[in-house]
Amino acid sequence: MSNIRFEQIEGKSLGFYTLVAGLGILVLAALGSVYYMEHHGHFVTGMSNRIVWGVPHVFALFLIVAASGALNVASISSVFNKKLYKPLSRLSGLVALSLLAGGLMVLVLDLGRPDRLIVAMTEYNFKSIFAWNIILYNGFFVVVAVYLWMMFERRMNKFSHTAGLVAFSWRLILTTGTGSIFGFLVARQAYDAVIMAPMFIIMSFAFGLAFFILILMASYQWTNRPLGDVVVNRLSNLLGVFVAAVMYFVAVYHLGNLYLAENTGVENFILFDGGIYTKLFWYGQIILGGLIPMALIYHPATKGNRSMLGLASVLIIIGGFIQLYVIIIGGQAYPMALFPGKEILEGYGGVAQYSASLPEISLGIGGIALAIIAVTFLVKFLAFLPESLADDVADPHYKG
Amino acid sequence: MSKTLNRRDFIKTTSATTIGVATIVSGITLTTFANANKMPVTNEKRWGMLIDTNKLTEADIDGMVSACQQEQGWGSELHSTGNQKPGWIKKLKVRDKATGKISNLALMCQHCEQPPCVDVCPTNASMKRKDGIVLVDRHLCIGCRYCMMACPYDARSFVHETLSNQKEHMPRGKGTVEACTMCVHKVDKGEAPACVASVNSDAVIFGDLYDASSKINQTLKTIQSAQIRADLNLNTGVRYSGI
Ligand code: SF4
Ligand code: SF4
Repeated sequence: MSNIRFEQIEGKSLGFYTLVAGLGILVLAALGSVYYMEHHGHFVTGMSNRIVWGVPHVFALFLIVAASGALNVASISSVFNKKLYKPLSRLSGLVALSLLAGGLMVLVLDLGRPDRLIVAMTEYNFKSIFAWNIILYNGFFVVVAVYLWMMFERRMNKFSHTAGLVAFSWRLILTTGTGSIFGFLVARQAYDAVIMAPMFIIMSFAFGLAFFILILMASYQWTNRPLGDVVVNRLSNLLGVFVAAVMYFVAVYHLGNLYLAENTGVENFILFDGGIYTKLFWYGQIILGGLIPMALIYHPATKGNRSMLGLASVLIIIGGFIQLYVIIIGGQAYPMALFPGKEILEGYGGVAQYSASLPEISLGIGGIALAIIAVTFLVKFLAFLPESLADDVADPHYKG
Repeated sequence: MSKTLNRRDFIKTTSATTIGVATIVSGITLTTFANANKMPVTNEKRWGMLIDTNKLTEADIDGMVSACQQEQGWGSELHSTGNQKPGWIKKLKVRDKATGKISNLALMCQHCEQPPCVDVCPTNASMKRKDGIVLVDRHLCIGCRYCMMACPYDARSFVHETLSNQKEHMPRGKGTVEACTMCVHKVDKGEAPACVASVNSDAVIFGDLYDASSKINQTLKTIQSAQIRADLNLNTGVRYSGI
């Protein structure tokens, strides 16, 4: 293991600058959109008093969930002491921090009054899970940064196991906190399930790893560094397991809701007659984001093929995004049961319409771009990436 | 669950014995404000409303809505469309699936004793006064809309555009959340909320729920009333009868 050498990437190629410039434009477009939305007010968006949280929240929560999941690779290495993952730990921490930064950017810039961020940082209502999340997110930056430092600094290496443990616990609490945002919405049938928080944790495993794999493969490909099959196949298997676990939780969640008489309305809506949401659920979340990636990962014809693994990761990310869309937007579109046993003829009810506006989407994409820019720059300035992850380097027991 | 239902059961039983008292006064009286002007905000009071849907006409409800708009200055937004428009108080028509009975009612912030909006608000902008009135502090609200997600009554609105000419007592502003204030600025002066004052019958009674001599307290003791979504145990300050 001692022969792992970490090295910055050169970052001088035309490709590098094109990537950074392209991402930079996306971030600028996002900032422009924010200015536009804040200047005019949210009437220029598709959001309303019925669809209170729109596409920006889908992006933001998706990135935050993925962020905590991206840390998993590091956790497996330091908490469960799996040597193979050790060289990947630094990158894992970096991807986690970057995704979180992107997610928070979107979340904060969609506030009605982002200029009052200072209020959110100084006025805490400790009963609010939202306030707790602000603390958890800030803490995550600190905890993971310290963890990275322990890994970078040779003298501190001995503490990296402990730091890893703290970071791992922190991320579990953080994702639970994110999932609990919905758990507290007693009146909304779609969110009325205890399973929400654990489901978010499993989702984070899958989405975070998908991001990690893509970033890993891209950076090794683009810098011409060797990346052996041992590492890639291990990650691929892990990804398959996580996706299967997400699907299992989704099944339990929906079956559970179907049995709960008071929630059958929203269940029927999502599963059977919710129009766009039903389509997104089955075609997007289940088939595109679950079944196809699993087939790509496990089918003998595609197993071990990196392009296919890349495709599977992209599909998992798209499927995960759709999953959050169905949860967040679909859950709001379905009306609350104001008068159980009565029918509302006028004044409230009906399925709320929503179509995302361009600025909203641009803000969300800007969050992803920010995350990738952060990774791109930091691997240039700090030694996050092992110079080689060839099989004989990565796996001490490898017999070539 | 049981707590609220018990309360309702209790009211039901009481109503059977004392039904005769139910039809005492008519014409809106505000006797609950006995010694008006700058009453201190204490938790010895709990402001509430009782809306009798059997007496409330549709015209009454329309009047309540426009009284609220005039008093608080909402409803003339230029750009907000459809569900983006604010709705501090709205008219609802509901039909009982079993009996087919149709009721019209006014729905506004229910001024919950256990308000989910206050629980979830990260900055304490949503708050409940000691006398039970739930408000948004516009200087603390960051516009996260979590309170809107949490409110079971769709009672809150987000200001989707730049506003001008706000009322002095009601500094509404783009990017923040707002809802019925129970006309706290009037209540504190010993007056009734605008919507209550606009109704020319006793279809809407306003007063101190705790004060045993108040009309609202006495009426609640004698008639059958309900809270919307009583199963959520929020112990609302706005009660309904006839639904
Ligand atoms: S009705 Fe809604 S806004 Fe009003 S106190 Fe209850 S939860 Fe809060
Ligand atoms: S929108 Fe304002 S009042 Fe509502 S939860 Fe957020 S900060 Fe509190």
